[in-house]
Amino acid sequence: MAPVLDIASWVLLISGSFFVIVGGIGLLRLPDFYTRVHAASITDTVGAWLIILGLLLQVEHTLVGIKLIMILLFLILTSPLSSHALTKAAYYRETPMFRSGPDQTEDDR
Amino acid sequence: MILKKNPLQLAIGLFILLFILWLLSSGHYTTLIISFGVFSCALVVFLSWKMEIIDSEGVPIHLIGGAIRYVPWLIWQIILANIDVTKRVLQPKMDITPQLIEVETSQKTDLGRVIYANSITLTPGTVSIQVHEDRILVHAIAKEVAEELQKGEMDRRVTRMEGLS
Repeated sequence: MAPVLDIASWVLLISGSFFVIVGGIGLLRLPDFYTRVHAASITDTVGAWLIILGLLLQVEHTLVGIKLIMILLFLILTSPLSSHALTKAAYYRETPMFRSGPDQTEDDR
Repeated sequence: MILKKNPLQLAIGLFILLFILWLLSSGHYTTLIISFGVFSCALVVFLSWKMEIIDSEGVPIHLIGGAIRYVPWLIWQIILANIDVTKRVLQPKMDITPQLIEVETSQKTDLGRVIYANSITLTPGTVSIQVHEDRILVHAIAKEVAEELQKGEMDRRVTRMEGLS
């Protein structure tokens, strides 16, 4: 049983790391602030979730596992708030936005 | 708008939730330590009562039933959106058409709108910029992502969760 858990744990950890790296690549490649937030939210969501799930399989004491689940919950509750606060601040500071599509809300500012 | 709920019921609900949280994070189960736990949970509920923050917004226990159905769907959507955005980022020529859109909300309470806006932000590819009355301004990474959101599936599901019980 133990090697199976170890393998599952490592698969989760490595795929989580992959998504974190994708988030980093996105931060470098994407053209403006707003699109970079989307890349960062990959790291926030699936990247972090998979790493925490991978760690959960390594847990020996139930209480440690419960604390990992709490970290997961707080991450889910707080990460959209910080993304939203940053984006809203950028929007009100009129940070330049990369555009390529038709705009539906030009007069909305 | 805040739903009118029996405050005593909410206070008891808050106490039970706090005490479960305490039991899960303590790990010491002797009579003395547990009575300390009961005392501190009761103190928190008492202070919240005095601060008048025990209402259906502060203690949204009525959402638990709906959340059991909504959260798994949301997690699945987030996984799909992650794969989609990952593909867009890793392509040699990035397939992005960033745009601002406005979506309508059909939730009746502020709490419902907050849950909807946070769900939008949590999903990679869409970020809610501001909530104004019953409209949310959203930045989407691509046209397809924006159209998917405008179909309103997520909006309907949040409203359904809010309406339960």
